Amino acid sequence: MATDVFEMGDIDIAWCPGCGNYPILKTLKEALTELAIDPKQLVMVSGIGQAAKIPHYLKCHFFNGLHGRALPPATAIKAVNPKLTVIAESGDGDMYGEGGNHFIHCIRRNPDITNIVHDNMVYGLTKGQASPTSRRGFKTPVQVAGVILKPFNPLAVAIALDASFVARANAGDREQTREILKRAIRHKGYALVDIFQPCVTFNKLNTYQWFKDHVYYLDDSHDPSDRIAAFAKATETDRLPLGVFYVNPKSSFEENTQMYRDDPRPLCERDVDAGKLAALIETFRRAG
Amino acid sequence: MRGTQQAAKKQDVSIVLCGQAGQGVQTVEHLVTRILKAAGYHVFATKEYMSRVRGGANSTTIRVCGRRVAAPVSRMDILVPLNEGAVAHVAERLSPETVLVGEREVVGDDDVESHRFLAVPFTQIASDIGGKIYSNVVAVGAIAGLLGLDLDAVVAYVRRFFAKKTDDIVANNVKAVQAGYDAVGRLDVPDGLKLTFKPSPKVADEMLLSGAEAVGLGAIAGGCNFVSSYPMSPSTNVLTFLAQHGLEQGVLAEQAEDEIAAVNMAIGAAYAGARALVTTSGGGFALMTEGVSLAGMLECPVVIHLAQRPGPATGLPTRTEQADLELALYAGHGEFPRILFAPGTLEQAFYLTQRAFNLADKHQVPAFILTDEYLIDSYYNFKGFDLSKTKAERHIVKTTRDYRRYELTKNGISPRGIPGYGDGLVAVDSDEHDEEGHITEDLNVRVAMVDKRLAKGEALRKDVVRPELIGPKNYKRLVICWGSTYHIVREALAEMGRTDTAMLHYSQVYPLHPSTADLIRKARRTVVVEGNATGQFRKLIRLHAGVDVDEALVKYDGLGFTVEDVVEGLTEIGNR
Repeated sequence: MATDVFEMGDIDIAWCPGCGNYPILKTLKEALTELAIDPKQLVMVSGIGQAAKIPHYLKCHFFNGLHGRALPPATAIKAVNPKLTVIAESGDGDMYGEGGNHFIHCIRRNPDITNIVHDNMVYGLTKGQASPTSRRGFKTPVQVAGVILKPFNPLAVAIALDASFVARANAGDREQTREILKRAIRHKGYALVDIFQPCVTFNKLNTYQWFKDHVYYLDDSHDPSDRIAAFAKATETDRLPLGVFYVNPKSSFEENTQMYRDDPRPLCERDVDAGKLAALIETFRRAG
Repeated sequence: MRGTQQAAKKQDVSIVLCGQAGQGVQTVEHLVTRILKAAGYHVFATKEYMSRVRGGANSTTIRVCGRRVAAPVSRMDILVPLNEGAVAHVAERLSPETVLVGEREVVGDDDVESHRFLAVPFTQIASDIGGKIYSNVVAVGAIAGLLGLDLDAVVAYVRRFFAKKTDDIVANNVKAVQAGYDAVGRLDVPDGLKLTFKPSPKVADEMLLSGAEAVGLGAIAGGCNFVSSYPMSPSTNVLTFLAQHGLEQGVLAEQAEDEIAAVNMAIGAAYAGARALVTTSGGGFALMTEGVSLAGMLECPVVIHLAQRPGPATGLPTRTEQADLELALYAGHGEFPRILFAPGTLEQAFYLTQRAFNLADKHQVPAFILTDEYLIDSYYNFKGFDLSKTKAERHIVKTTRDYRRYELTKNGISPRGIPGYGDGLVAVDSDEHDEEGHITEDLNVRVAMVDKRLAKGEALRKDVVRPELIGPKNYKRLVICWGSTYHIVREALAEMGRTDTAMLHYSQVYPLHPSTADLIRKARRTVVVEGNATGQFRKLIRLHAGVDVDEALVKYDGLGFTVEDVVEGLTEIGNR
């Protein structure tokens, strides 16, 4: 598929050869192209890590902020200018570890943004320590006897918080991942897409083959409006389900702030209402 | 009788209300200050309170004057204790001239004996009217009676204040205020408490508001349309104010999950083109420091209102201090320019907050408003704000296809675009970046970008607010202060009446105005007055102006300076 409008040309990409980030980047560009999203209306927001470099590799506006802090600025950008398509994208350490508190409260807030998480179950940029989603027993230079913490389950947490859209994909499956991403980006409200992403350098356990052997796709028998069923699917561990787990349409944060109830203009286009300010100041003259 | 006579002669009466948290001290403060102002008297009020919701002991000091008044005094002409323990709480401020007004059981036998005491059984009178709940309004009536205010005007105000309540409640409150007023009328009130100076009808039309409200209004005037914060005393009042007026004034006010989210939201909002504010205190600001560094790196205009309170750590949550100057100055890793305002008056709190938004936008830097609990929680009347002097100046450009967010320019300021406005792409990165905003490890680019960011310091220095010199131009002694102590030092110096002494107040503490070194060298003797233990502004002057200030008058007990503190402190230093 021609994804020309998002192509950067000949650039130096900082990912290892064979990294699972490449198919995710390609799939994302395809999904955006199919959705006919204009790069000039797209803002990518990321934190820090190998996955968080993704905004540098496609044509778009971007805010590559601090480690763990992609979701607060993404929420604010969408609230200030709801015309923009906002995607917050980073790795599992960034979104679920350093940014865990924002992950929880962003779901509660429900901004109309898409949250893509590259889930490789390891820290890449800092060279191979455990991540929140590392499996128990996974040995690293820090977790020398193997990880002793239970892995964080982002889907179960998101469904428990009644997130608006919850899905999981596998970087190796481009076609299915593209369709999931398209649904997530089109969805109005917060949409989580956790993508299994093999790290060929630091994770010799969760490889392309491992993911292939340990996943299956949800079929039509799964009703994504059934929260209990979605939660049950999210907690399966023997084989890991992929697809759209849960969809719960509801009003977005931007709508709920009421800032656009009487005035559709984005905040960035508004000026001080001198009359209203003067009236407010006057109230401090009247004793009351 | 010296104190009260002196108070009358000086057209200046100080009233202290003291009670438990939750007992309604604030309602009495609110009513008394509004009634006095509506009657045409100059008023000032400030409070000190404990970090608890019920119990303890909180006090409010109200001054009513025949001239403008904007500073607290230690002196108590009238003390209205509302619970047992209240007199003990302010015991250090008691003098033989203090008149205690209230219930015998609350004041206690010892103080009834040793002070001038006027028995007004607030609770008994209130119960007779319809419930203990009215005792605060009885106290308001008693104070109005002591000061000899016009009862009809007082009643009219009380009616207005409770207008939204049921008829019964309005009637009972009116009865309560009358009963308090009449109870005092039957007593032998000492001379000198009745206000003999003439009220001015002009004062009734003036504004009466708090520091928090002045900052909030200044933010709106500066175009603020986004505030994200996490509640923390004493900064919360600004968030509350903006939230309450958010829909009407077009300000999106969001309570973030933590201060880290708050500052990152504000930076994101500013990136998208909003005028963004965070309001915070103490440890909350400490959590934001990585975000401050991000604003420096992204060259993102964000305004940070830092209402100081005593630290370290949780410190004294509801009290005041000026000890976060160095924190604000150095907050954030790496080197980048910033602006620090420290308003000393309500007018400055308004105009400088407004200015902070404009300068942050113009120079693409973080701008700070340093206040403290004292300024945030203090009120006084003044003429008002002139909106023709304010404007939300915007410096956003429409981008073109070849737009580069960090284009290298002579003055370091790159034209700032926002996403969705124009044909260009707006890319920002917390990593070191090239002109397009892309991550780079080209070390020549690194040097160019550091130089570019720091080059903005030059333009910033051209926009520095000049310190205000008050007093003789050919001074021999110079008293330097900054931030909230403006009126306190000013009144202290007026009272000392030294013709060789001037005051130099800084409402912008960084960058320092270039006149600083000359102004200080001109004096034979210099002293800094500041509310911290280590003389932080004195150190800042030494570092950035290259001159030493001889002495420092410091205070760090959490209560802040009174006029008497400054008079005594400066006198002692002068006698050394």
